[in-house]
Amino acid sequence: MAAGKEIRTKIASTENIQKITKAMEMVAASKMRRAQERMAMARPYAERIRVVASHISRALSGDKHPFLEEREAKNVGIIVVSSDRGLCGGLNVNLFRRTLQLASEWQQKAVGIKFGLIGSKSQAFFRHVGGDVIAQVDKLGDRPQLAQLVGLMTVMIEAYEKGEIDRLLIVENDFVNTMSQHPQVLQLLPIPPAEDETMSRAGDYIYEPEARPVLDFVLRRYIESLIFKSVTENVACEMAARMVAMKSSSDNAGEVIEKLQLAYNKARQAAITQEISEIVGGAAAV
Amino acid sequence: MSTIHVNIVSAEESIFDGEAAMVFAPAEMGEVGIMPQHAPLLTKLKPGQVRVRAEDGTEEIFFVTGGLLEVQPTVVSVLADTLLRARELDAEAANEAKERAEAMLSGEQGEIDLEKARAELVQAEAQLRMINELRGERRGS
Repeated sequence: MAAGKEIRTKIASTENIQKITKAMEMVAASKMRRAQERMAMARPYAERIRVVASHISRALSGDKHPFLEEREAKNVGIIVVSSDRGLCGGLNVNLFRRTLQLASEWQQKAVGIKFGLIGSKSQAFFRHVGGDVIAQVDKLGDRPQLAQLVGLMTVMIEAYEKGEIDRLLIVENDFVNTMSQHPQVLQLLPIPPAEDETMSRAGDYIYEPEARPVLDFVLRRYIESLIFKSVTENVACEMAARMVAMKSSSDNAGEVIEKLQLAYNKARQAAITQEISEIVGGAAAV
Repeated sequence: MSTIHVNIVSAEESIFDGEAAMVFAPAEMGEVGIMPQHAPLLTKLKPGQVRVRAEDGTEEIFFVTGGLLEVQPTVVSVLADTLLRARELDAEAANEAKERAEAMLSGEQGEIDLEKARAELVQAEAQLRMINELRGERRGS
């Protein structure tokens, strides 16, 4: 039964694949949970700094800080937050499509674009398609640290301060839930005016040494916390997307195994039937 | 004796959250001690220790490398930097990020080639779609 053996080998190898995809699914699930926890841990800082930033910027409404001032866009900076690894469904592809859409919108207005790339997938993509990349960072792992991102943040923010770019945008994945992640574009600089929120009128602060340097510091940290948030969120998105992708490949492997098993049984049955009829035919001839 | 609520948070996680009788922090202009009902204050921090004194007099000590101290009458927030953020260090990290970008591009710069990029994406999308269709077909059969 040569055919039977071939099919059996195929079944065995498909089972091995299924084992791997199942393991990857479970790993992604647990990593996703941890990534979500980290997202939650980073939230208090981001919220606090946002409140403080909007508070001071309101108190200092006299002269506008460059980070708050809208200027004509001649060049824009775009930070693209992608994952380091693949096998996560359409996550990165969707993100790049959104990025290109954005890029072509600006190019039509004859605006220069400078990219800051996070994650090896975006690097691979831009290596192919070109584009002016001024900073990049990759291999952040499952647990990105702020220290790894400082370089990129500094390059992008300084480019804005020097006037090399007039807007700073970020393309990131928004974690809606396990099943869906959407690419979205946020403007980091100039900081969009906050919607009037219910602010505690705690009275004005005493600033030490002065309001201005404190404001500089706070706004910078605010931008950085937003970028950091995008990166941690992207890890959660990546894991969720991988979990779903691996789940469907495990399911597919199961279906393939079922089909092969059926084919194997049929072949076996056919071989037995043939043998019997040969014996019967032989006996009749005698 | 009244207490004041203290939050110490870094960009990565929440470090301390609780009540205290008094908080000491290394403000830029010199160390400050904050007691309940302090006037609203906002100041940058130097590298140093943040000490949180509980009502029973025990102290907890946290090391910060900089950051921001925000004081409101009932709440003290320390927005801590957990890593050394000297200008030179930032610049060094920035150079590294730039160099990597330059190494990657190897000459090819300027406008992004939209046509090529689109083609690239269409291909990737087609692959995804095919996977989906194959899956649907198999379900259907």
